[in-house]
Amino acid sequence: MPRTLAEKIWDEHVIRHEADGPDLLHIDFHLVHEVSSPQAFDGLRLSGRKVRRTDLTIATEDHNVPTLNITETIADPISRAQIEALRANTKEFGIVLHPLGDRDQGIVHVIGPELGITQPGMTIVCGDSHTATHGAFGALAFGIGTSQVEHVLATQTLPQDRPKMMAVTVNGSLPDGVTAKDLVLNLIAHAGVGGGQGYIVEYRGQAIEELSMEGRMTVCNMSIEWGAKAGLVAPDQKTFDYLKGRQFAPSGAEWDKAVAHWKTLATEPGATFDKEIVLDASVMTPFVTWGTNPGQGVPLSGEVPRPEDFSNEQERAAAQKALAYMDLTPGTRMKDISVDTVFIGSCTNSRIEDLRSAAAVLTGQKISPGMRLLVVPGSVRVRLEAEAEGLDKVFIEAGGEWRGAGCSMCLGMNPDQLAPGERCASTSNRNFEGRQGKGGRTHLVSPQVAAATAITGRLTAPADLSSLTHA
Amino acid sequence: MPLRQGGVDTDQILPSKFLKLITRTGFEDALFADWRTDPTFVFNNPSYAGASILVAGPNFGIGSSREHAVWALMDYGFKVVVSSQFADIFRGNAGNAGLVAIDVDQKVIDRLLDAVEADPQLAVTVDLEACEISAGDIRSPFHIDDHTRARLLAGLDDIEITLTNVSEIEEFEAKRPSWRPSIHA
Repeated sequence: MPRTLAEKIWDEHVIRHEADGPDLLHIDFHLVHEVSSPQAFDGLRLSGRKVRRTDLTIATEDHNVPTLNITETIADPISRAQIEALRANTKEFGIVLHPLGDRDQGIVHVIGPELGITQPGMTIVCGDSHTATHGAFGALAFGIGTSQVEHVLATQTLPQDRPKMMAVTVNGSLPDGVTAKDLVLNLIAHAGVGGGQGYIVEYRGQAIEELSMEGRMTVCNMSIEWGAKAGLVAPDQKTFDYLKGRQFAPSGAEWDKAVAHWKTLATEPGATFDKEIVLDASVMTPFVTWGTNPGQGVPLSGEVPRPEDFSNEQERAAAQKALAYMDLTPGTRMKDISVDTVFIGSCTNSRIEDLRSAAAVLTGQKISPGMRLLVVPGSVRVRLEAEAEGLDKVFIEAGGEWRGAGCSMCLGMNPDQLAPGERCASTSNRNFEGRQGKGGRTHLVSPQVAAATAITGRLTAPADLSSLTHA
Repeated sequence: MPLRQGGVDTDQILPSKFLKLITRTGFEDALFADWRTDPTFVFNNPSYAGASILVAGPNFGIGSSREHAVWALMDYGFKVVVSSQFADIFRGNAGNAGLVAIDVDQKVIDRLLDAVEADPQLAVTVDLEACEISAGDIRSPFHIDDHTRARLLAGLDDIEITLTNVSEIEEFEAKRPSWRPSIHA
């Protein structure tokens, strides 16, 4: 029977299949960070267990670390204790760690691909819900909780029920100025935050094929925001070109064997999906969120919706609550919403291409008076690459802050936070209440829209900048 | 405890500032910490003090994979969460940590919410053996997958179960293609 990409990867990793229980899957790689691991290591100690495969496990520090003065001792004693716990645990159990200050430190979903660890056909897990990012390479990657982190550390396996399969087919080409982020925000608004629950999603179609690896990572990254277990894209020449020569990518004859295998992974003609969503990229426009979940979005050219526009009672109630939290009036043009903070970063949009596209908008420009612009590269390698290209100078000369690598203002658990009532245009992935700091308000946007917004102080598309200047 | 809201994300259940803790317990005060600053939030209604069953709207537990959200619910005293739809990771975390997450039809959820709001003292019973939830004249089957149910009833350690198959794991690992990445400490 013809199979999908995800089914092939799944089948290839089943160690044990039981008719009335979950499949036991082999895990090719386990990514570890400071927040979801300390209790798992405690569990291993309590039961006298070891890490089964230290050679298939890597750790970094990203969620709670500061992005300024990174060589100094972390000021917050609770954050420091968590970092120190990771350092002690990785040392005790023999796991490679890329700590703050290391050349390979960064957001866990940025460094995996950078190091060439993320490869097609693999199973990859991490105690972080944005693990589907690695699906951009045609890997089956998903987020897990701390009990499962312990399970993978101890056994390099995970019992998993086989999910259903969904295809998201995006036909046509994205118009100029419309990005992978706009595409995925569009999709989430279409499908709703629970629309992908129970599914592994394969993104396909012309618009997906035309995306860069960075763009595919942005799309796969946000799979969890509409509830999907994982999201992935069939590997192609772009995937192979990205991987070739990277530190942990195979080389020589091994490379040829690997590529030959990777080319067999694509979904076969005639393979069936349990569900399909079809979208047209050619009609998409820059997309932003107005509410407090990633599905509450509209085109940037649109307006804040009216709760009565929602026919579903739950959605109406959610819209009312969101509008109150966001302090927005229905009918307001999205482009009339003023923001005081712009955050460019996170595992969604902190890669070199994201920084280049934001810098292109900001070159020779100044940010709006009173605006706070944080630009946070996803990894030390991205930071160094951006600096070699002079992008840091563009951001600094525009009036922005250029920082060290980490999750930063995506999640309100390190020093980079919104104050109550502050409003932020953010390239991150979640606009939940208080996500970027208690009482803070978040609008999810692409890096280009973030950069243009920093200039005008209102939600703005780069295309609007020339008309504004010449008005 | 009736929580008449859909799409409750784990950033609300356990705000991220509490993610810095490295223990597995002690999260009871962190549960819904931001929402609990609102005096009208249902958790501040003394009629529901000591509740062990949380009845919530659809899409419960969306967002972050933090298992801390499950620990916080358990530390607060909840043994069961009832919803018509759970986010996958939350559901998995609940099963692993020992919190019973059961799926009930939204129509039944609506009736349960109405009944418990009308009478906060109304006893709600969740029978994990019979897969049935009842309260007053409401009686409904619920869904939980058999594997999780069996594990919750028996209190089994998943890792121990997996390690009984260690020879199969070894056999599988021996066949792992040489070109797949590995790093050596």
